[in-house]
Amino acid sequence: MKITVTVDGTTYTDEVEPRTLLVYHLRETLGKTGTVVGCDTSNCGACTVLMDGRSVKSCNVLAVQADGREVTTIEGLADGETLTPVQEAFRDCHALQCGFCTPGMIMQATDLLSSNPSPTEDEVRHGMEGNLCRCTGYHNIVKAVLQASGQSATSGGEQS
Amino acid sequence: MIPPEFDYAAPATVAEALELLAEHGDEAKVLSGGQSLLPVLRMRLNAPGIIVDISRIEELKGVTEVGDAIRIGAGATYQDVLDSALVQEHLALLHTALKEVADEQIRHRGTVCGALAHADPAGDVGAPVLALEGRMVIQGPDGERTVDGADFFVDLFETAVGEGELLTAVEIPKHTGWGARYEKFVRVSHQWAIIGIAAAVRTEGGTIAEARVGLTNMGSTPLRARAVEEALVGQEATEEAVAQACAQVAEGTDPPSDLNGQADYRKHVAGVLTRRAVLAAAGA
Repeated sequence: MKITVTVDGTTYTDEVEPRTLLVYHLRETLGKTGTVVGCDTSNCGACTVLMDGRSVKSCNVLAVQADGREVTTIEGLADGETLTPVQEAFRDCHALQCGFCTPGMIMQATDLLSSNPSPTEDEVRHGMEGNLCRCTGYHNIVKAVLQASGQSATSGGEQS
Repeated sequence: MIPPEFDYAAPATVAEALELLAEHGDEAKVLSGGQSLLPVLRMRLNAPGIIVDISRIEELKGVTEVGDAIRIGAGATYQDVLDSALVQEHLALLHTALKEVADEQIRHRGTVCGALAHADPAGDVGAPVLALEGRMVIQGPDGERTVDGADFFVDLFETAVGEGELLTAVEIPKHTGWGARYEKFVRVSHQWAIIGIAAAVRTEGGTIAEARVGLTNMGSTPLRARAVEEALVGQEATEEAVAQACAQVAEGTDPPSDLNGQADYRKHVAGVLTRRAVLAAAGA
């Protein structure tokens, strides 16, 4: 089947099998390897991208379902060397260790802040519940999302 | 984790979708948001010959007011329903339960009607729809029919939607002004309910005038606890009175036993959570 998808501002038309998952179309056909496959069971959220502006798990969407839609991956966020506030905050707060979940975390945080620009810590934790990190214990991730929202991240990273 | 091969069609109208379903019979599988179907396909638990993707059918989209009810089209995602001012105003129980479905990414794609048609007894949609007396609208080769919850949920992953038919909407009577609470018991926040209790209560003064209670994962289908609903009517919304009315909630249920809990454990927790849900819904 022929599909046309705009990914990170560029429009691509390709022939795909109906069973092709969006994440494999992004990685293997378009070379967008910044989006990773984590669990491949729609649990971990590492493959999160934005589709028409809202976050989706790209291992749980068929490529044919993205026909005519606009997809933003982790590779489409920064403007050259200029990072987005979420990317900056993840770096500043050291919100990663191995880094494998980070593309999905940043995409979900981007979606979260676009619909709720000033979330509470609880709203951040609830809003990020579809993204699993096996290294950080989440504290610095929550801290980074709060910092990216322009709020001082007092509680997110504090141990009590 | 690649799905088996299948053909794919994305009809533009319900009529076209029904033609495809009639043509392909049980070889066809309906795809809407795909958040339950795609994992099933990836694990190769099902191998349909053709996927009929209804997500591009405009007439199935949206949440609208139809007389005394709110109509949720088969194309409406969880997020569409959560964002609907009509649902927020008239269906507080559904709204609060949908916030607990999976996670944000899943809620952006998955649909309320898809969850009803999938009929996973551990899913969060069936119990509130059943408790609020939702009516499922099914279209097929012989036209349209409406089925209430008691007849819709037949068994584990089995509904009244027959071969060649399509669930096109659910219509849920308005429960304006009712208090609501969905108590979901889980170990991992975005997972399926170990059990869940959906409670909606209308109070007059401090007294419960009407109550609706739905149960998630307490049997092979969502269940409605009518005996508890009746026992609650006329009770003061106090801990003691509500606890007494809710004590028998597990009577007649047949919950599963699995790694998350044995059946008798689920029955015990159901009593605790029903009391909490009803008290919260009553504002007590």
